[in-house]
Amino acid sequence: MGETRRMGQLRRPTSDDIFVIQSGIFASAIIVVLVLTGYVLVSGSVPVWSKFGRGFLTGTTWSPVKEVFGALPYILGTIVTSLIAIAIGVPLSIGVAIFLSEMAPHAIRAAGSGVLGGLIRTMLRILSSGIELLAAVPSVIYGLWGLFVFRFWVLDYVETPLSKYLGSVPVFSGTPFGLDILTAGLILAIMIIPTVSAISREVMTAVPLAQREAAYSIGATRWEVIRISVLGYARSGIFGAAILGLGRAVGETMAVTMVIGNAIGAQAIPSSLFRPGQTMSSLIANEFNEADPTSLHPAALIGVGLVLFMFAITINVLAQLLVWRVLKIKSGSVE
Amino acid sequence: MERPKVRTEALNAWYGTNHVLKNLSLDMSEHAITAIIGPSGCGKSTFIRCLNRMHELVTHSKTSGKVILDDTDIYSRGIDAVSIRRKVGMVFQKPNPFPTMSVYDNVAAGLKLNGMRNLEKLDRAVKRSLEQAALWDEVRDSLFASGMSLSGGQQQRLCIARALAVEPEVILMDEPCSALDPIATAKIEGLMTNLKEQYTVVIVTHNMQQAARVADYTAFLYLGELVEYGETTQLFENPKNELTERYITGKFG
Amino acid sequence: MSNQSVREFKDWLAFIIGGVCVILAMIPLLSILADVVLRGLPALNLEFLTSGPGVIGQPGGGIANSIEGSLILVGLTCLMGVPLGVISGIFLSEFGDNKYGRFIRFLNDVLSEFPSIVVGILAYSFVVLTVGSFSTIAGAIALSIIMMPIVTRATEESLKLVPSSIRDAAAALGIKKWRSTLSVVLSTGRNGVVTGVLLAIARIAGETAPLILTVLGSQLFFSGLTKPVDALPLRIYRLALLPYASAQQQGWGAALVLIAIVLTLNIGVRLATRGRMSSVRS
Repeated sequence: MGETRRMGQLRRPTSDDIFVIQSGIFASAIIVVLVLTGYVLVSGSVPVWSKFGRGFLTGTTWSPVKEVFGALPYILGTIVTSLIAIAIGVPLSIGVAIFLSEMAPHAIRAAGSGVLGGLIRTMLRILSSGIELLAAVPSVIYGLWGLFVFRFWVLDYVETPLSKYLGSVPVFSGTPFGLDILTAGLILAIMIIPTVSAISREVMTAVPLAQREAAYSIGATRWEVIRISVLGYARSGIFGAAILGLGRAVGETMAVTMVIGNAIGAQAIPSSLFRPGQTMSSLIANEFNEADPTSLHPAALIGVGLVLFMFAITINVLAQLLVWRVLKIKSGSVE
Repeated sequence: MERPKVRTEALNAWYGTNHVLKNLSLDMSEHAITAIIGPSGCGKSTFIRCLNRMHELVTHSKTSGKVILDDTDIYSRGIDAVSIRRKVGMVFQKPNPFPTMSVYDNVAAGLKLNGMRNLEKLDRAVKRSLEQAALWDEVRDSLFASGMSLSGGQQQRLCIARALAVEPEVILMDEPCSALDPIATAKIEGLMTNLKEQYTVVIVTHNMQQAARVADYTAFLYLGELVEYGETTQLFENPKNELTERYITGKFG
Repeated sequence: MSNQSVREFKDWLAFIIGGVCVILAMIPLLSILADVVLRGLPALNLEFLTSGPGVIGQPGGGIANSIEGSLILVGLTCLMGVPLGVISGIFLSEFGDNKYGRFIRFLNDVLSEFPSIVVGILAYSFVVLTVGSFSTIAGAIALSIIMMPIVTRATEESLKLVPSSIRDAAAALGIKKWRSTLSVVLSTGRNGVVTGVLLAIARIAGETAPLILTVLGSQLFFSGLTKPVDALPLRIYRLALLPYASAQQQGWGAALVLIAIVLTLNIGVRLATRGRMSSVRS
């Protein structure tokens, strides 16, 4: 008579239950994809691990003919180009984020609600949309532009002067001709700006008003408010955004392939910014189709893919955890 | 009192560990309007949500006791909650017509989504429901305008028509006029009086004057318990319980 | 007094530096757009848009087969990726408020930032090797793996915006949850879903790396699901690397076509959702 009933007591499965299960199966496809990817990469590269062991990761010879494979130059290539991308791209992104989310609204208020204010507001909206549109440009078009336009900018305005004055520094050694590690890193820097700045803006806007007001009330200037309240509070979120940018840079293929110069083996070691290089992803894109399926070459490429996969997963998981945690804390504390 | 259409026996309800309804036993008669009154937080909304098994849609909710519709306990094993909700309809505090549907489609939604395809039947049902909801004359020429294009009061009558279209036996109303202006409120109160001829109406209201105006029977709830229940005139003019008297004279709540 | 003016100077400087950052970030976009238009426009003519490739290295011929290939690939990808993404999004929004849902959501976010070349390897191993050749279907499968997380996220977020009063109203009418979710809730949130799908299309239309490993590219028009096919971004890649000026110009022309499609989709979506709370991150 008076039994206590909870929601979801045992009963015959209804069409609603089937709906939950079926949609759950679809949603679980993701797990399948990730697991299969891991499986494919591991099983496909076994021949190369068994032949070279850890030497695959430390070797620098890459010779399909002699069937000797060492992936270190490409691992280094990915690391160096991505680091350049972050070193240049993240500060730029933070500058963009600060300007658009903190300073620009000020400028609008200062300009008032007249024609000037409206003009500035429109211009700012166009600017912020423009930054987002950077993300929409396909990678191959970045590569095209990099190959025919950007590389000459880098060559003429950055590499040649650097080579002239600092050519004795090992990192700047060699005669630059534009298709090299530096250009690849710079193009990656441009490509990560939309993501890193968008997330930075999001975490900066999530800083509670109370924090800012505290700084204003002691007479701080706009920049000081940003420095004290916003950046401090949003620091880990911005860090997460930077890591996400790193993840993007690591996985980027086409733009890099077209401007990095495509060196192989020991030649590809990034000893100088002005030397042609190779990243893990650009290597795979270049060689996969021509690799002789009867040789060890495809397995070697898949091995490189496995290393890339591990890099990407680690970085992306780290980034997601950071950004998630920050945004959750924000929304939790606002409530 | 005639045979009660709906009655509860020792109804208890919880939100998580919060014991919201305590041992409620209440009869609601057929072809009458029963009002549930009480201060905020007394459990009125939870109570009527137990009558159509909507309470169980909230996570961590629990119920015990019986709710007997005609002669069947709607909480007994084997009874499908969805079919109960077709017999016991509900109108909510804030009008909530389906935003992407026209007036016609809103009213027909309950029927269409339960499989009715015959256009003639649908047309008749829509007209009948809109007439019963006293909205037909106002929308007959714009049946295919969006449901959201109506005023607040009209939207609420649209929701009433939508609930009536599936031909329920009981109509639950959770503070149906609290979001509306006095004129719209008066229209809906008039509507309720007409509806009780065909249906059993249970209405939750925090407005005592409204209860006094429309309800045949009134139940006063306080902190999840039934304090007093009786014919409206008797409860308001001659309350048996001191707590009731203090509430209706405005001493609290 | 002087301390105050130093602080104000720093404030002003910070503003300028911020503005410079924005300008620096905008320059590549403007340069890309300018170059694509200036260098690609001369290549655009009727022949370019309607005929297949000519002789390599000589002027003439066009990219019609690439456009056709891209359209077919996008269509196939949507057939697979949209239902998968939408239903996953429905699951996460309606039934995903628990550990498992959070887990799936997390994986979803991880997958959406994935190196697309690895997706290419996956599709190669499972489809190309099974079918026996580079094929359209392999490319479509790779692209739908890339598309799925984007659509899932967009669907979940727009369904979450549908107020619970709508679900309550449908439940109170005695409508089964699956019916009300598909007919009422999804319909109310459809704008966000469509937005997500369009943005996903813009993204996959420009994807190249997975296609290198799956469809290979081709000089021919579409010749079957199990045969190689060409696609716009692939063609741009191949043309750009050829040492002939005529080929390179065709590459710019193809880039103009691709960027026109992609930007139209993006700007169109942006204009259509102006002022609304949509948070679809690509």
